[in-house]
Amino acid sequence: MSKSPAQPQSGNAILDWIDARFPLTALWKQHISEYYAPKNFNFWYYFGSLAMFVLVIQIVSGIFLTMNYKPDAQHAFQSVEYIMRDVYGGWLIRYIHSTGASMFFVVIYLHMFRGLIYGSYRQPRELIWLFGMIIYLALMGEAFFGYLLPWGQMSYWGAQVIVNLFGAIPIVGEDLAVWIRGDYVVSDATLNRFFAFHVIAIPLVLVMLVAAHIIALHEVGSNNPDGVEIKKKKDPKTGIPLDGIPFHPYYTIKDLVGVVVFLAVFSFIIFFVPDMGGYFLEANNFIPADPMKTPPHIAPVWYFTPYYAMLRAVPALLGTQVWGVLVMGGAVMIFFLLPWLDRGAVKSIRYRGTLYKGWLAAFVVSFLVLGVLGTQPTDFLGQVNKMDVAVILARVFTVVYFAFFVLMPWYTKADRTLPEPDRVTG
Amino acid sequence: MGEEKKVDGGKRRLLLVASGLAGGAAAAAVAVPFLGSMQPSARARAAGAPVEVNISKLEPGMMVRAEWRSKPVWVVRRTPEMLTALKAMDERVADPASEQSVQPEYAKNEHRSTKPEFLVVVGICTHLGCSPTDKLKPGGESGLGEDWPGGFFCPCHGSKFDLAGRVFKGVPAPINLVVPPYVFVSDTRLIVGSDGKGA
Repeated sequence: MSKSPAQPQSGNAILDWIDARFPLTALWKQHISEYYAPKNFNFWYYFGSLAMFVLVIQIVSGIFLTMNYKPDAQHAFQSVEYIMRDVYGGWLIRYIHSTGASMFFVVIYLHMFRGLIYGSYRQPRELIWLFGMIIYLALMGEAFFGYLLPWGQMSYWGAQVIVNLFGAIPIVGEDLAVWIRGDYVVSDATLNRFFAFHVIAIPLVLVMLVAAHIIALHEVGSNNPDGVEIKKKKDPKTGIPLDGIPFHPYYTIKDLVGVVVFLAVFSFIIFFVPDMGGYFLEANNFIPADPMKTPPHIAPVWYFTPYYAMLRAVPALLGTQVWGVLVMGGAVMIFFLLPWLDRGAVKSIRYRGTLYKGWLAAFVVSFLVLGVLGTQPTDFLGQVNKMDVAVILARVFTVVYFAFFVLMPWYTKADRTLPEPDRVTG
Repeated sequence: MGEEKKVDGGKRRLLLVASGLAGGAAAAAVAVPFLGSMQPSARARAAGAPVEVNISKLEPGMMVRAEWRSKPVWVVRRTPEMLTALKAMDERVADPASEQSVQPEYAKNEHRSTKPEFLVVVGICTHLGCSPTDKLKPGGESGLGEDWPGGFFCPCHGSKFDLAGRVFKGVPAPINLVVPPYVFVSDTRLIVGSDGKGA
């Protein structure tokens, strides 16, 4: 049998047989053992691999939940209780899945923040950033569809509010909302299709997007805390970047440490505070959905609250409430433009000036404050001049949030940066 | 490749575009039934049938709830005082004459109903679809301040409506509560969802 000349023989007959038919060794080398990553990765570089790890946790625990869950408005709530009480280990599998949902967003938000501080979205990594943003959108959809499935009061009214956001679109909105629900209100038809989106459509898209995200990353190479391109300085003999080390074994082992620490935190939550004081699992969701009665205070799960606070902060104008929806949608979509808004001379925060650092701090504070405001009723801070203090705060921080992006071309250009080093600094 | 033939680039492009368009049109045509299947089914449409509400036991100042198209419908029997108080509300509501709002023609009047005494509205906030809480009694016991005139309060995003379902100024909801088509078949019974006029 003739072997392709490019494939050196491994000495293992089975591996050789496979390699002659499928590039297994080549793929392993390209993406793992001979993928050269910068040697100066720090704490912030745990969250990419952790995000993939949580995706696996969610897929596996999700598969086992579908074995006992019933996507039927008559039975959904009961079937979740059944999983919790009567299925062996059912409570554990469900808590793994519900905690995994929140931890997914914790990890993704930290991963995105890493991209912000080290300029990982900058040329030549724009497409990695765009794929990542689409993953973020898909993840929001996945979380939203999944949240309806327990068919509790918060599931029901949360879905009602979010679907009605589409109803705010002029002219076609109402028909669009009916089409999404498959009914005139959130009903069994809605539950059934959300189940379809949650267990097959979005997960498939997510897995493919993650593959695209990584293929694009491995094409251009990883960024690092110095924001220096390691491919510019290669060993003349081997062609390997001088500051690169093979992903395996160096970063596989490092990421394993991250996984162990993550699992310790994850297990603590599952076994001791699975509802996280109402932030991961909301109290109202332990009441079955009642289409005739809205709970006194509804709020989305914590990872949507910054956007929810913006939605509430914008008043109706000219007989339509579409403005709040636009602001909320814009707050998410504006992330897509980041690679083209940043005109800084350097990528990493280590060499940026005070202007960028100040704006980034303001953005982080805005995001956190909006997140807290979104979990509370609008009147929880009282009133000044007949205006809710919480609404005024939400408006101020919404402006700061957008200013971070909109003013970025100017302040990054005017920023007094330090010179980037030639090599990574370790 | 044996003998070199000249490639007719123009013809190739034409064929590519033509087959691409035909294939695209076919794909779009196939998408129609799939996307169409997400519309409300025939059963869901049929469930929109009118419902009858018995109001023989409804006292003045009280309200009953009915379910129509899986939505709450409220029938409020307003007292003469409530009706008088409505007139003073024109200043505080965003759409006093219901110009922007949704209601049958026969309910587009100052009391937003056929019989002034009875208000019939869909109990779904026109903001994002929560069901407001009834706070019919005026004053501080509503928890909405001493100047609360009586009406409805949406717990989700704080929209307020008066006793004719008219939305207050400066709240998120853009228009008044929707008045469904309805008709009184007798003094004590009304049909919600049909007004005998084909609506």
